Amino acid sequence: MTATVPTAAALALGDDALVLSHRLGEWAGHAPVLEEEVALANIALDLLGQARVLLSMTGDEDELAYLREERAFRNLQLVEQPNGDFAHTIARQLYFSTYQHLLYSELASREGPFQPLAGKAVKEVAYHRDHAEQWTVRLGDGTDLSHDRMSRACDALWRFTGEMFQPIPGVEVDWAALEASWIASVTDVLGRATLTVPEGPRTGAWAAGAGRQGLHTESFGRMLAEMQHLHRSHPGASW
Amino acid sequence: MATAAAPRTDRTPADGAPGATADIAAHQHAFDTAVAAEERIEPRDWMPDAYRATLVRQIAQHAHSEIIGMQPEANWITRAPSLRRKAILMAKVQDEAGHGLYLYSAAETLGTSREELLDKLHSGRQKYSSIFNYPTLTWADVGAIGWLVDGAAITNQVPLCRCSYGPYARAMVRICKEESFHQRQGYELLLALSQGTPEQHAMAQDAVDRWWWPSLMMFGPPDDSSQHSAQSMEWKIKRHSNDELRQRFVDIAVPQAKSLGLTLPDPDLKWNEERGHHDFGAIDWTEFKEVLKGNGPCNEQRISQRRRAHDEGAWVREAAAAHAAKHAGNTGRTGATRA
Repeated sequence: MTATVPTAAALALGDDALVLSHRLGEWAGHAPVLEEEVALANIALDLLGQARVLLSMTGDEDELAYLREERAFRNLQLVEQPNGDFAHTIARQLYFSTYQHLLYSELASREGPFQPLAGKAVKEVAYHRDHAEQWTVRLGDGTDLSHDRMSRACDALWRFTGEMFQPIPGVEVDWAALEASWIASVTDVLGRATLTVPEGPRTGAWAAGAGRQGLHTESFGRMLAEMQHLHRSHPGASW
Repeated sequence: MATAAAPRTDRTPADGAPGATADIAAHQHAFDTAVAAEERIEPRDWMPDAYRATLVRQIAQHAHSEIIGMQPEANWITRAPSLRRKAILMAKVQDEAGHGLYLYSAAETLGTSREELLDKLHSGRQKYSSIFNYPTLTWADVGAIGWLVDGAAITNQVPLCRCSYGPYARAMVRICKEESFHQRQGYELLLALSQGTPEQHAMAQDAVDRWWWPSLMMFGPPDDSSQHSAQSMEWKIKRHSNDELRQRFVDIAVPQAKSLGLTLPDPDLKWNEERGHHDFGAIDWTEFKEVLKGNGPCNEQRISQRRRAHDEGAWVREAAAAHAAKHAGNTGRTGATRA
């Protein structure tokens, strides 16, 4: 076995970071308080940095970001979900950053092509997770209104959480253990936030997998149209 | 800090008992001496009411400009044409939010609050820089803003690093460092376009054509009609006149435009050997006044977006306050900190 980077894995992890970074970038100038302008941009930048490293492991970062069609993207459906209100953004951050922190901690602890990236990124991701957990608790255990909104957001995104634990070829971790840790952590945070763990399926919109197979939700195509438009309008140009 | 003037203890703190006329005269004298000696005035020092009011107005307007100024650039974050450029732009917009935070803090040392200042911005009682009422129509506008708008801001702001009010001067030192970084990135963005395909070059030229005159207006009205200038210069808040700074900016920009391979949209622009400066054409002050009055291309859009973000975020701020109040006794975690 050579030390080559498993392409499917680099794309899956890279696309997650790229797409979530893009969604967070949409918040710029719209956040509820200036400190969150800084925080959301900071997280978006960290994720974009990770995406650039991961995509570059398997090709040209810009070609991969700007010239693939929707069906070729391998990100989770969770990260492509529209921002919604601040509670939806925080619920998405909670679910994803907990997953990413657990996964990167594993990848950082064992030799492999993703160890260097994960070793560096795990510090950023711990901060993202802390940010999401604190906001989940503040909103859940804040006012009646914020409690309702946080509760609704957690419920709405719950169905997209199962696909995080589909094994990614080339990523050698114990996926079942990762899922158990994730459930335990999210249950704890939701409990501290006076929220109940959502019920219902966690399988996403597609029974036969989902984002990892290039099967996305409808808003994703529109997101890509915006992201790729300028680059595609000037073929071969450099920027 | 200079120590030529009366020692600091001679300047009675502003929160002391209200003095008689003689005391005020003594305070005024100590203040004038400190300003003349290039000492820094600090929050607890006595200062004339008008000095305080001028600083609140200027710092608030500066803070508002940083946060409204996020909008025209954020408009291109989701369309940035390469991941490298996207990262640079995101970092820049994040820096601007940070600058807004520094500046609101500096204003708060004068006895106001961020909430009060934001309220004045949202209700139109305080202004922000006229430049942000222009739209970003193409990607090249991001470069033109970096090169010209940040360039003009730096020309204006570097002298503020020596402003007589300490908290403002210190905020400006940090801000100017980041701004010059942004300006170089803007220049570099335009250079890449200028040397790129013919379409990219045309995009860069078009952006410079649209942003040049509004950038010159950033220095404010001409000296003979600038109402606050004389007093601000006496107080050493301001160090140079509007026209001096504008001239300095033109003299710097002309050779930069040349090395970019772009032209500036002013047929009257030429080197004047006698003056040792560039002469340039007349600014359209009618347009400037209209933009200040609220009739620029994006005034309505900018302030509406700001109000909407604030209003739609109210429940989030209320939740944070309610949560903090419930857990006020806890001595647990104090906030997100980076490892």
